[in-house]
Amino acid sequence: MTDTLSDTSHDIDDPHFEIESVGHEHLPTNTGVSNEKLGMWVFLGSECLMFGGLISTYMLYKNRPNGIELVRGRALGGSPIRPSALFDIPFTSVTSFVLLASSLTMVLAVNAAARNDMQRMRIWLGSTAALGSLFIGGQVYEFTSFHREGLGFTSNVASSAFFTLTGFHGVHVTIGILMLLITIALSLRGRIPHSRAEAIEIVGLYWHFVDVVWILIFTVVYLIK
Amino acid sequence: MAIIEAQRSPLALEAGAVEVKPLGVFARPTGAQTGWKSWLTSVDHKRIGIMYGIGSMFFFFIGGGEALLIRLQLARPNQKLLSAELYNQVFTMHGVTMVFLVVMPMAAAFANYLLPLQIGARDVAFPRLNAFSFWCWLFGALFFNSSWFLGGGADGGWFNYAPNNGVLFSRSHGIDFYAIGLLITGIASLVSAVNLIVTVLNLRAPGLTWFKLPVFTWMTLVTQFLLLFALPVITVALFLLMFDRLFGSNFFNAANGGDPMLWQHLFWIFGHPEVYIMILPSFGIVSEIIPVFSRKPLFGYPFMVVSGIAIGFMGWGVWAHHMFASGIGPMSVMAFSLSTMFIAVPTGVKILNWLATMYGGKLKFSTPMLFSIGLVSMFTIGGLSGVTHAFAPADTQQTDTYYIVAHFHYVLFGGALLGLFGGFYFWWPKIFGYFLNERWGKAHFWVTLIGFNLTFGPMHILGLQGMSRRYFTYSPDQGFDFWNMVATIGAFTIAVGLLMFMTNIWRSYRSFKKEPYEVPADPWDARSLEWMIPSPVPEYNFAEIPEIHELDDFWHRKYGHDEQGRLVRIAKTEDIVQKPGATGIHLPSPSYWPLVLSAGLPFIGYGLIFDYWWAVPGGLITLAGFIGWILEPSTDPEDHHGDHGDHHADHDAIEAGDAQPALVGAVVDDGDAAELPADDAPSQEASGD
Repeated sequence: MTDTLSDTSHDIDDPHFEIESVGHEHLPTNTGVSNEKLGMWVFLGSECLMFGGLISTYMLYKNRPNGIELVRGRALGGSPIRPSALFDIPFTSVTSFVLLASSLTMVLAVNAAARNDMQRMRIWLGSTAALGSLFIGGQVYEFTSFHREGLGFTSNVASSAFFTLTGFHGVHVTIGILMLLITIALSLRGRIPHSRAEAIEIVGLYWHFVDVVWILIFTVVYLIK
Repeated sequence: MAIIEAQRSPLALEAGAVEVKPLGVFARPTGAQTGWKSWLTSVDHKRIGIMYGIGSMFFFFIGGGEALLIRLQLARPNQKLLSAELYNQVFTMHGVTMVFLVVMPMAAAFANYLLPLQIGARDVAFPRLNAFSFWCWLFGALFFNSSWFLGGGADGGWFNYAPNNGVLFSRSHGIDFYAIGLLITGIASLVSAVNLIVTVLNLRAPGLTWFKLPVFTWMTLVTQFLLLFALPVITVALFLLMFDRLFGSNFFNAANGGDPMLWQHLFWIFGHPEVYIMILPSFGIVSEIIPVFSRKPLFGYPFMVVSGIAIGFMGWGVWAHHMFASGIGPMSVMAFSLSTMFIAVPTGVKILNWLATMYGGKLKFSTPMLFSIGLVSMFTIGGLSGVTHAFAPADTQQTDTYYIVAHFHYVLFGGALLGLFGGFYFWWPKIFGYFLNERWGKAHFWVTLIGFNLTFGPMHILGLQGMSRRYFTYSPDQGFDFWNMVATIGAFTIAVGLLMFMTNIWRSYRSFKKEPYEVPADPWDARSLEWMIPSPVPEYNFAEIPEIHELDDFWHRKYGHDEQGRLVRIAKTEDIVQKPGATGIHLPSPSYWPLVLSAGLPFIGYGLIFDYWWAVPGGLITLAGFIGWILEPSTDPEDHHGDHGDHHADHDAIEAGDAQPALVGAVVDDGDAAELPADDAPSQEASGD
């Protein structure tokens, strides 16, 4: 191994600087998809298994406090309140709709980026972040109201599983919001020219994934009795 | 490729936009690319591979030392060397260290170093993320081992079943270190998996279609997919465990409504693919070595590849065979029993194909070949004892006895590690530019093989006699004395073997320094692409990206067949291999941020375990790493190279003016050299999807 890197000039595929143009010719990769976009798809494949594990955990535990026998007068499993008893379906439906609407604004942002309308792109990215924040606000409200009703993280295994699952999703949405804000900031600084606009599409992939996962969680956790 | 218009620097903005000068603090590291500092910022896949190798050898010594402690404690009945508590910690740390900090990173060393070379790429898809993977793994590993100094190591066994993993049964912080340490190394492996998958999917040389890929590349790709899908499952399990222990939830606490079986399922849904994650890279390594030293192509290449893929798929359907004694019900036991017997089939296909490769070949028993044959024979023994576990009635007898310990050491030491050692001897001249001494290498092999069989062979007998694993001692009237003493002697023999390996490295290096010699590009008369470039490999890997026409393309450039179908040499190796000394090839710039980003993670871990205040500096360091990463320029701003459209591994990566004339001759004239300029286009038949 020689110890010299004689010429060190360019990143082969730096995620932020070598991004393929939207609508322009493709990178000479074997798949025709840029490394960054393919990397995001592969990563999202991994995320599926993560949410799969968390949803399975909730499914296993969701009825746990019910039907637990009493041992010497004390209920095993902590508080008898199940999270599902406290669900406010109309409220969560509204916040779910807000999150779904953010997918639409995300699509509009990607579209604007493809048309090289950076001003409009930033507006739509901002709207997406705002809608995502509204969703997170709703989740914070939901968690605090559960807490007020006496259901905390450690109340019973069902509540632990519920807070873990929805909390992990909330963290994912928050990360998505941060990604959107960073993208807006970089764009304002002129760091995302049209030729690098695929970054928007990649953030969009992540954002849509988080939305799709919420559809699943909303159905499995909130709607199915 | 990112078509950044030719006439501006990579940092230049759209026409009309205000040019932003990157802040000095965010500039890429510059200056000398030698010395220890350059290793800290390197994003070169070869250096990262070497660092993985050094790191895994370091932890091999730690894990090996723990193994020797275990064997000393069990050498005689009623030994008092280790207390029961300390013994629990030692065997747990031994297991976790060997799995996560030795075998996996050692395989990652080979994957990082060889994968881009075997597919004809200049680097992996995301060089900075690659560096991040390494540093993240290293910090996670150091964090995990720091538990020895902070109240004691994990003590629940490497699979750490509930309830032993709960606070009630393990009051020290050892298992917290286990959970958080494995989460950190898990991030490393996940990032690395994404990186290497994209590399193989996207960066193969022109013409390198799926069924022309070397088997090592294939097996590594399957391994990375297994990692990709297995790691999130253990991540969930580790988070739940961490919440149980640190935040008072009861996921695995049966007394409060939790279900200990959930841990077992989550762990083994990860844990069984993990077994293949450890063994498949070694399968790939010996599939490279055996054909070279048999002077025959790999027998049944497509079967080899498909059986590897089949193992990857079927590995997901056998996890509950680890739980036959857990009361999962007769239906589940039957299903998993059957699927476990089935997974022996593709593994058997591999064994038979290696044998058929050797059959009738001109065998040359060099050290790499000896280790490979060692793998084939030892893994067969381990595989057969594995099939005996598939029969649930027998397995309920064997569960948690030394028979199991014997089995998995035959597949992991006799399989994975022997293969990796073979890989060291095989690729050492390619990586470091000098040969390891053959005499020492053969002695290393035989001492290791004998020591290995002395250690783990008797454990079959001990297990069937009823000796339980994880008991810190036994009494003289149980009849375990003799074979335990033999196993202990064997363990120290293995240790001697490892020291011989180290001596070999040191002596070979010394004699090379005393009388330097030139290692040819292709010392073994080998078959795959990495032998086509100089030894040691130059930073840019390939001066010219070769165009691939068939399986074992490099071999077929050297050899053809006459009318009777006999092997004849058609070209001199020296004429085919690439010459060193190309200049002007664009390479990824080094970066500080992978190191910074991962350096914060252990402090977040300490914060979660001891005092949240520790998490503050950790979080700040990580945040700084993120910001630096995002704002880092893609290149040194002073460094103008004109056209920046050629970062991908394509032919025009050598700027015409800089290329040495010798390199032009390095392109093999195989009849269609005239087509070379067309290689910039992606090879469409290569995509296959």
